Amino acid sequence: MNLSTTYLGLKLKGPLMPGASPLVDNFDNIKRLEDAGAAAIVMHSLFAEQIEGNRVAFDQHIDRWQDNFAEATSFFPSTEDFTFGPQEYLAQIAKIKAATELPVIASLNGTNLGTWVDHAKLIEQAGADALELNTYFLGTSRRTDAIALEHRVLDIVRAVRKAVNIPIAVKLSPFYTSVAHLAGRLEDEKVQGVVLFNRFFQPEIDTEALDVTPKLDLSTSEDLRLRLRWLGLLRDQVNLSLAASGGVHTPVDIVKALLAGADVVQIVAELLTKGPARLGELLTGLKDWMKEHEYESVEQMTGALSLRSCPDPEAYERGNYLRTLQLWKV
Amino acid sequence: MDKLCEACAPWEAYGTLVIKPLSSEKSTLDANEAVANVAYRVCEFFAIYPITPSSPMGEWVDEWSAKKKKNLWGHIPEVLEMQSEGGAAGALHGALQAGALSASFTASQGLLLMIPNLYKIAGELHPFVLHVTARALASHALSIFGDHSDVMACRQTGVAMLCSNSVQEAHDFAMVAHSVTLKCRVPFMHYFDGFRTSHEVQKISILSDDDVRSMIDLDAVKAFRENALTPDRPSIRGTAQNPDVFFQAREACNPFYDAVPAAVQEAFDDLAARTGRKYNLFDYEGAPDADRVIVIMGSGAETVAETAAHLNATGQKTGVVTIRLLRPFDAAAMLAALPKTVKSIAVLDRTKEPGALAEPLFQDIATALYESDRVGQIRLIGGRYGLGSKEFTPAMVKAVFDELSSAKPKKRFTVGINDDITHLSLNYDESYDIETADTRRALFFGLGADGTVGANKNSIKIIGEGTELFAQGYFVYDSKKSGAMTVSHLRFGPKPIRSPYLISQASFVAIHHFPFMERIEVLAQAATGATLLINLNVPADQVWDHLPREVQARIIEKKLKLFAIDAYSVARAAGMGGQINTVMQTCFFALSGVLPRDEAIAAIKYAIKKTYGKKGDAVVAKNHAAVDASLAALHEIKIPAAVTSKSPRPPVVAAVAPDYVQRITAVMMAGDGDRLPVSAFAPNGTFPVGTTQWEKRDIALEIPTWDPSLCIQCNKCVLVCPHAAIRCAAYPKADGDKAPASFKRTDLKVKDVPNYSYTIQVAPEDCTGCTLCAKVCPAKDKTDIKRKAIMMAPQPPLRAQERENYDFFLKLPPAPAALLQDTVKGTQFRQPLFEYSGACTGCGETPYVKLLSQLYGDRLLVANATGCSSIYGGNLPTTPYTTNAEGRGPAWSNSLFEDNAEYGLGIRAGVDQHANQSLRLLGELADKLPAAIIEGIRTTDQSTDAGLATVRGFVSQLKPLLAGLADEKAKLLLSLADYLVKKSVWILGGDGWAYDIGFGGLDHVFASGRKINILVLDTEVYSNTGGQCSKSTPMGAIAKFAAGGKETGKKDLGMIAASYGNVYVAKVAFGAKDSQTVQAFIEAEKHPGVSLIIAYSHCIAHGYNLANGLDQQKLAVDTGYWPLFRYDPARIAKGQTPMVLDSAAPKQPISLYMANELRFQALVKANPEHAAELGKRAQAAVEERFAGYQHLAAGAKVVTPVTPTAPAAPAKDPGAKPSV
Repeated sequence: MNLSTTYLGLKLKGPLMPGASPLVDNFDNIKRLEDAGAAAIVMHSLFAEQIEGNRVAFDQHIDRWQDNFAEATSFFPSTEDFTFGPQEYLAQIAKIKAATELPVIASLNGTNLGTWVDHAKLIEQAGADALELNTYFLGTSRRTDAIALEHRVLDIVRAVRKAVNIPIAVKLSPFYTSVAHLAGRLEDEKVQGVVLFNRFFQPEIDTEALDVTPKLDLSTSEDLRLRLRWLGLLRDQVNLSLAASGGVHTPVDIVKALLAGADVVQIVAELLTKGPARLGELLTGLKDWMKEHEYESVEQMTGALSLRSCPDPEAYERGNYLRTLQLWKV
Repeated sequence: MDKLCEACAPWEAYGTLVIKPLSSEKSTLDANEAVANVAYRVCEFFAIYPITPSSPMGEWVDEWSAKKKKNLWGHIPEVLEMQSEGGAAGALHGALQAGALSASFTASQGLLLMIPNLYKIAGELHPFVLHVTARALASHALSIFGDHSDVMACRQTGVAMLCSNSVQEAHDFAMVAHSVTLKCRVPFMHYFDGFRTSHEVQKISILSDDDVRSMIDLDAVKAFRENALTPDRPSIRGTAQNPDVFFQAREACNPFYDAVPAAVQEAFDDLAARTGRKYNLFDYEGAPDADRVIVIMGSGAETVAETAAHLNATGQKTGVVTIRLLRPFDAAAMLAALPKTVKSIAVLDRTKEPGALAEPLFQDIATALYESDRVGQIRLIGGRYGLGSKEFTPAMVKAVFDELSSAKPKKRFTVGINDDITHLSLNYDESYDIETADTRRALFFGLGADGTVGANKNSIKIIGEGTELFAQGYFVYDSKKSGAMTVSHLRFGPKPIRSPYLISQASFVAIHHFPFMERIEVLAQAATGATLLINLNVPADQVWDHLPREVQARIIEKKLKLFAIDAYSVARAAGMGGQINTVMQTCFFALSGVLPRDEAIAAIKYAIKKTYGKKGDAVVAKNHAAVDASLAALHEIKIPAAVTSKSPRPPVVAAVAPDYVQRITAVMMAGDGDRLPVSAFAPNGTFPVGTTQWEKRDIALEIPTWDPSLCIQCNKCVLVCPHAAIRCAAYPKADGDKAPASFKRTDLKVKDVPNYSYTIQVAPEDCTGCTLCAKVCPAKDKTDIKRKAIMMAPQPPLRAQERENYDFFLKLPPAPAALLQDTVKGTQFRQPLFEYSGACTGCGETPYVKLLSQLYGDRLLVANATGCSSIYGGNLPTTPYTTNAEGRGPAWSNSLFEDNAEYGLGIRAGVDQHANQSLRLLGELADKLPAAIIEGIRTTDQSTDAGLATVRGFVSQLKPLLAGLADEKAKLLLSLADYLVKKSVWILGGDGWAYDIGFGGLDHVFASGRKINILVLDTEVYSNTGGQCSKSTPMGAIAKFAAGGKETGKKDLGMIAASYGNVYVAKVAFGAKDSQTVQAFIEAEKHPGVSLIIAYSHCIAHGYNLANGLDQQKLAVDTGYWPLFRYDPARIAKGQTPMVLDSAAPKQPISLYMANELRFQALVKANPEHAAELGKRAQAAVEERFAGYQHLAAGAKVVTPVTPTAPAAPAKDPGAKPSV
């Protein structure tokens, strides 16, 4: 049975990998993921704003209290040793590379053009095999139109493409007006793949404190279906690697994603709740399914039920919503 | 003066200098760093304890050790922070005994605590160096500033005493001290003037490692090691000797002392051979044929030398003998240094020995002269100068030389003050100035936190290290911690700068914070023709109109060139928030002409890259943008021929302020305290209270506003205010009828108190804008939830109106007794008797102190440990403890850092004596006084307001009766009658005191069983001296002396106290559960024995915006980091368990709490793995501790916490007698 697949031009031993999350900050987890059969490591996102935020915080909370008062010219030990931003992250890339056989896909999150490029270069120099760009920017103002939002993504991608030679995947949100069109534009900008999709913090209202707080819910298998549609729709329209991300919790979920068109499947919530070893169970489950259904390779499965290959292409398309309802009426 | 005028104009004189990198041996640094630099290279071990102004030396060696920097022999020295200087001295003695090359750093009281061990170290001839920033000792008052009273108190200990006068000398003499102590085995104290030298930044030459190596005799090191106590060749030291031998044995060390002076001179000569810098045991400088000479020690010698040279240039014959080696005193060397022509000598001492014939230096010189062949030929006078860093200027030196010329000079005198009581002081001409035109002098008035001092230190580095110019920087700080002023004094010149005094004629004056111009005479030191730079946020064409009359007049009179910039706008536009340092620094370089403009700008940009490079390109780019924008925004302001402003500067204090405040406090506030005569002060250090109310500091950019329609009248805003600047009142409606139009009020919502109005009022000029009141406000608008009853709004448009409202508010009657319940709401209707302190904006300590003053202020005595609370509590010019309408209020006092618990216990004992005696006398006078009064006093329960009022009523009836009795006992009772009203005695201090230096005494108080209360304001570090680690510092936090993250957990002081069984203990956090805080304060006072309240106090040393202090307190409690509890022994009698847990089991991981504070996050940045490990251990510790508390609350008995890591001590022989 051949589980190998190709993602972003990287030959991978299998289709499963942890998605971007803090799980891989811990080195033990990385080793356990490798042992469980992960084909690559997607690192947690490096947030441009976070790096800047840290610097500002250090400035404000250390530097501003220096030389104010005769008895205390400072309140902290010298700050020279506190590294800001990517150093820690870059060191982690190098460390994973040195300790495992796995390709490392670094992940960058931010909306500021300048810092993107700088950090992407550093990430490449640190030895990352590919870069996952997370460019989501919520258009919250009535002054921002849909085109501007897409341009913003493309501008960033263009700048990063220029700066690095490693493959790039763009992690998309499902909220673009035309996901397929945007994917096509990204292909034109010479990215190697897209990751479907991002998950976001959603506001939650605390009815006791009378306050609004951002909240992130872990995915469920229900969430997979949105991914399935777009995997199926994109598979034959663009020449990009596709990664399913969000809603993969069972071996059957993996099978679905691959059949719809995913080259690889990223798993986060399931691993966060059940631990790195769960990846091994999922892989076993995939193999069992393949054996049972007499599939010899993952390649064979990939896109076997895409828009073009599925018996009922309309199922992927918007119109079938109505039909579903009509069927229920009967 | 004329000469200076010329000097001011052509600042371009330096325009030809080119920036070029100098040799690496040149550095610009202060003496603390210069000394630590040598000590670190030649030592293996440091035991230290922080004390101003020596703390930075310990911090330097700790930092280097943490960074694994190696000493001369490739070894990383160990730095051990101890619990007190006494502890440090003991540890040092031990390390020396074990043969480790050791040194330490201290000052003032810390040095005194080391004295017992100095005798031991010297008595056993251990080579050792103690570097001391000479500082005043606390007597009538504490002073953190420089004089020689501490070092002079050690003359008898047996240490050799070597004094350096400047930053360069401090560096060089540190080397000499370490070199000679090894050779001679006599321990050395090397000292230099606190602040004036320790904190002065100078360009100096740094000794190379080869220089240092050449000065250390390796044979001596070997001999030292061989002398160590070791079981491999054991001997014994520290014996007890009897009358038969002690004396002889004590004399055995004499030859070692005899050898010291020659060895020091030899080391001086070695140093000169390597560096060209020549020193002698006594250095003479001046006319070779001088008739008048001043003998002096310390930085003042530089001033005397400079002045003598100036006088000699005018034909006078003067000179100075500088004492380098005070002990052992080499009289022959001193006499040899003295020119043969000398007719009269003035010896200047920077210490006071009340009642002595003369101060110590004088006595030494007198003895030396008396025993010489010049006895009788030289007239000798002696005086004191410069106590507590009092300025010592050329004008004062001239006065001393003039006195020596007079026919009948004063034998004993003081100089630098106006002694109108004993008339010892010499008059001097304040305008006398000797500074030469080739030195450029610049003054900067900055607002603390605006980065002015940092930028100036940076400028000194740029100029000092980038050019051939010499540079000097000295920085004067405010005594307030919020809204403080810093004044930077910078000198640059082609020759070494020997002017250790403040600038009096500046060619460049920069006002970085405009309100200073309205408050103080900032142009007093501007020389004629000087350049004046103002930061003011108005368009350039309106700058002139904004200047007060007096300022305009000064500018015209002094022919100043005026430039202005709106630095806040430039900084904000460049994305730098309120940090205007880069902007103002750029303007300084652009205007001062110290360097060619383009090169100066290039140099700033280079320096920015060097300073901020590690913080990333974005930070560098921001600063670079600010540099460019600054030049564009800098405008020269045309100066009209005449004053145009009609508004004069407002008076320093309101016209209604009391006479004392007008005559004395206001003078200090205006920065003119130097002019106050001796007669202005009580001879015992007593000052009137309640003076902060006159200092309207006006520092808040935004102040709270109140919406009565939303307010739920909970009074929480009043409770959390650190500065008592927002208050509530409940008063009869009619009393509010004459209120100013904008005064707000609403009906009091308390059922039992009808027809009352309720008001929340801000003190607009006392508020610091911390926002805690707005944060805590729970009253939200139902339809627009972000609107609350308390909202922040810009202060300037509200200032005048709210000032009027506040004045009206203060005249309202006190709240009715029915409202004064023991609740958050009830306590806040009480008048705070602690107000408007100089604590940091958003301080987490002061709300507790304020609450204490509200509850018990009218009968409160406070013993306050040295630290933040003694600084905001008692630092002049103004102090925050105040009185109520009856004139009663807290009696506050600070003794020392280390003795506060004992001090408070003593106060309790003293008060108890009076109370018991007055009760006894009352009984003895029973037949002469009405029984109702006597019984009333004896039986009334004084634990309530009503009871106290009743007894006060009886006492006031009693007093005239006593006065009418012709009985001795009646007279005695009359003087003590007020003690019939119970007093509340509280011991206050921080964790440095309670957990470390004062713990022994505190423990003794725990055990005393006396009616005494202890409030520990726990910030978990030594906040006042700059964030050094204490035993309260939590695991995983970085702090000074725990730069790698504290490895051990916080000491559980509460459980230690509780283990006595009869001590009331509470752990509180007002931001998490204010009701529990109030309850604890009430129960503590009710408890008949010792009570301890450990109060969570958020602090700037935690590294986050204190506006979030309350949220962080909640998190501290919710994560179990700071469990709230009360351990009340009184509950035992009721059959209950004494322990009550007031907070729930941890709901969230401690990491959530730690993530918000830089003290924890810094370690995550520096060493993520270790941070994670410590975080894990901290979580486990929290759970374990909480489980222990739960166990107790469930009824288990308290057990003294056991340190898990310590191996069990071997069982002691029960028959062994205690040793003595």
